[in-house]
Amino acid sequence: MMMRTFLPITLAAGVALSPCCARAEGKLSLRSVSVDLPPGDRMFPDGPGADAINNNCLACHSAGMVLNQPSLPKAIWEAEVEKMRATYKAPIDAKDVDAILAYLVSIKGAN
Amino acid sequence: MARALPSRFLSSRRRVLKTAGAATLALASPSALADAIVKLPLPGGPDERPITTAFPEKGALILQRTRPPLLETPFEVFDQSVFTPNDRFYVRWHWTVIPTEIDVGSFRLAVGGHVEKSLSLSLDEILALPRVELVAVNQCSGNSRGYFQPRVPGGEWSHGAMGNARWAGVRLKDVLDRAGVKAGAVQVRFNGMDEPVVAEAPDFMKSLDIDHARDGEVMIAYAMNGEQLPLLNGFPLRLVVPGWYSTYWVKMLDDIEVLDQPDTNYWMKTAYTIPDTPHASIRPGQTGVKFVPISRMVPRSFITNIKPGDALQAGVPTLARGIAFGGDSGVSRVEFSSDGGKSWQEAQLSTDEGKYSFRQWQIRFSLPARGEHALMVRCTSSSGEVQPDAPNWNPAGFMRNVIEQTTIVAA
Repeated sequence: MMMRTFLPITLAAGVALSPCCARAEGKLSLRSVSVDLPPGDRMFPDGPGADAINNNCLACHSAGMVLNQPSLPKAIWEAEVEKMRATYKAPIDAKDVDAILAYLVSIKGAN
Repeated sequence: MARALPSRFLSSRRRVLKTAGAATLALASPSALADAIVKLPLPGGPDERPITTAFPEKGALILQRTRPPLLETPFEVFDQSVFTPNDRFYVRWHWTVIPTEIDVGSFRLAVGGHVEKSLSLSLDEILALPRVELVAVNQCSGNSRGYFQPRVPGGEWSHGAMGNARWAGVRLKDVLDRAGVKAGAVQVRFNGMDEPVVAEAPDFMKSLDIDHARDGEVMIAYAMNGEQLPLLNGFPLRLVVPGWYSTYWVKMLDDIEVLDQPDTNYWMKTAYTIPDTPHASIRPGQTGVKFVPISRMVPRSFITNIKPGDALQAGVPTLARGIAFGGDSGVSRVEFSSDGGKSWQEAQLSTDEGKYSFRQWQIRFSLPARGEHALMVRCTSSSGEVQPDAPNWNPAGFMRNVIEQTTIVAA
């Protein structure tokens, strides 16, 4: 009783069996792959500093990474910008750092 | 495949990205990528994420970030099988330059460093080595980060930055033995084909101690659930480190270097470190804490067939079902509570697919009265480790394994 498999029947047949059947075919032969990845080209919403963040940040990551963040204290945003600049070597113009920080605090700031 | 691109490539690569972005911006509205919206109950929000089907070899996944991709497995997938289908398996990349074409004929895995003989292995040569298989959970260090309070920056995952698969490949030990590890080796470093946009940024590399690398369990996998790996899960080769967090499971692995000194690269020394405290937990703002590299996983368990807010009937026998895993050992016991943790009953365990696998559990229960009830489930691993009652906290949002709670209403 303790060892019974109690997956839903349809799913057990459809999903759980596929590994076993593929295995039974013997040695796997690998096929070359060529794919396209979505560009992730959403821009940051308008606001003071939007140009600075759009111009400096989107080469390395899409805007969603930031827009999905919770509200965070300014000190944390400061540390994030510094990590991108100093550790991840983002070539952020020094004159844009304050504008980017102000933008982040305006859309995602917290006390 | 060039690793160290000269800096002049930076400007041209950035221009390509920006041009490609501008060209497609007019064609693809965000709604074309998003078939639906899912709500993740992250405290304080934002809680809405699109469901995307825009990624190659992938079905419907939660879009956390498009580039580099962070794609989360929708939680209902975990109710359907203890094996997570390849096309629903979560995806996490650090750097945006990911090769999108892999030719199986020209691909080579380099093995070098502190060895007798450097190797350059073709996929055919790797496939000819003894084949091994095991079932193992792959879980992001930051799985469930979105539930940390106070909230922390990072990938704001719900519980779907994990998956369980049957991995097939070759023992890392067998490959290292072919190269001949020299005396004095201390670690083995793994590098994949992904690269940062900015050439000077730290390339993503991870290391294991030499004894761990040669334990016979760490695997170079070429198959996942009987198929070749989806490109976004690391085709053609990815390291499998059973029982350890996914950060070590280097994707698109093409370079293995045996080291005679401990690896001090950024991704070992600074990133992916946790407080050296019980449950990797500290108080927000606590200072003077020693941080160490994250390593082994800890037990977790989830209810998969009942969602928060579901309406159940009081006094009627109801089935609760879910998954559990022990971390770096098997599942010894899963217990269920329908009264917020005041009393616990042992759940029935399903087929054991191996100590590193998800294990399905189920139990029948009935709620005594109408109103709100907190359902809870807790796993005890076969090494005796139990999920804690209180959530841990650390600034990177790593290693959550608190007993999760599902609040429902009985009518």
